[in-house]
Amino acid sequence: MRKYTPKENVQAKAKYTDRFWVAPQVPRNPVEEDEYFAGVLAAVKEAVEVLDAYIEIGQLVIHIRPEQNIEALRTLKEECGYAMCSELSAVDYLAQDGEFEIFYQLLNLKEAKRVRVLTRIKEDQGIESIVPLYAMANFAEREMYDMFGIYVNNHPYLKRILMPDDWEGHPLRKTYPLEGDEFASWYEVDKIFGKEYRDIIGPENRDPARVDRYDTQRFSRIGHEVPFGADPKSVDTTETPIEYSSEILSDYNKGPHKVLDKRK
Amino acid sequence: MAQHQVNYASSGGLPVALTTVDRLLNWGRSNSLWPLTYGLACCAIEMMASGASRFDFDRMGVIFRASPRQADVMILAGTLSKKHAEFARRLYDQMAEPKWVISMGSCANTGGMFNTYATVQGVDRIIPVDIYLPGCAPRPETLQYAMMMLQKKIRREPADMKKRKLQRFV
Repeated sequence: MRKYTPKENVQAKAKYTDRFWVAPQVPRNPVEEDEYFAGVLAAVKEAVEVLDAYIEIGQLVIHIRPEQNIEALRTLKEECGYAMCSELSAVDYLAQDGEFEIFYQLLNLKEAKRVRVLTRIKEDQGIESIVPLYAMANFAEREMYDMFGIYVNNHPYLKRILMPDDWEGHPLRKTYPLEGDEFASWYEVDKIFGKEYRDIIGPENRDPARVDRYDTQRFSRIGHEVPFGADPKSVDTTETPIEYSSEILSDYNKGPHKVLDKRK
Repeated sequence: MAQHQVNYASSGGLPVALTTVDRLLNWGRSNSLWPLTYGLACCAIEMMASGASRFDFDRMGVIFRASPRQADVMILAGTLSKKHAEFARRLYDQMAEPKWVISMGSCANTGGMFNTYATVQGVDRIIPVDIYLPGCAPRPETLQYAMMMLQKKIRREPADMKKRKLQRFV
């Protein structure tokens, strides 16, 4: 059974009342509970300063300073056996904290254990590349630069990877509109035809159900037929409901019916 | 050999058929439509199925070509991203006249469910489209029907390209 909610005055209320609902936090357990992870954390603590550390859903999470990411990851790779970096990206917390959170997801293939290294940087701050340690970071850091605009220092080839090279803006930032900004909405027109063609082609149609009654080439209206490609000025603008017409619609409810006596 | 040899003088006259030049040219064009192999997304799977043995496009004279220089029809099968739009237009420009375009599937027609910054909202923003084929993805039968509609359209058109250009809007 679905939970009962009172229905009176339901239309006057906002549809989504839980817009600012914050998900409950996943329980964070102290690292001392797990003997293996306690050893990993001790090794990392010897190398770099650890701001925070806990175990979340069976994974060790370590917060470090952004300047020490190379040292922390080298310790994890060379001393603790985390030979594989399975994922690397950022999270936009600019509106909330004015910072990006960069995460490195590491995997120890022998022990089947995972560690997540988190670090936070300001918007205008860069981060050191980890390509010398993990070759997969080459593409992942390019994507991070493409999507968030985070500069990666000493990266061998820091260039956009998904969006075109001449793109403006970084689409995965929370401030980037989903349907694109002014630049994005005219990108293909500017690129192919030039800016002077914008008037001819017109703005993007973001409503796929739109019917343009003045477009006599691609739309027709029942009851107000105009020839294909007729002058838009000749289009009748009066709006009349569709009525029964023997030419257009046939009323199958009227008229003689033959009722079968028996089903075959 | 020559088991059905016809004696034209005695059995029905000379082998003469009267027609117009327009009809003759359009007959040839509409019955040998060679589309460009241009799959952009999942619609391409349906397009490939149309060309394969079960649906067999070849019997309609539709043979996929891998070069725009040899193609008459561009089937835009799938989502066209803004990054790729430039190349789609370039391929279209490389095709020799006469040429036609089928926009296959919702994404190519209107952008479909990709109401985002990275998708072209309808390929008719960059390429003039002759047939809009709805569906997500359209079945091979639908693509065959679109091809038959395009054949009908070609047979109605004037064969002279200068007259035909007036109907285009880009």
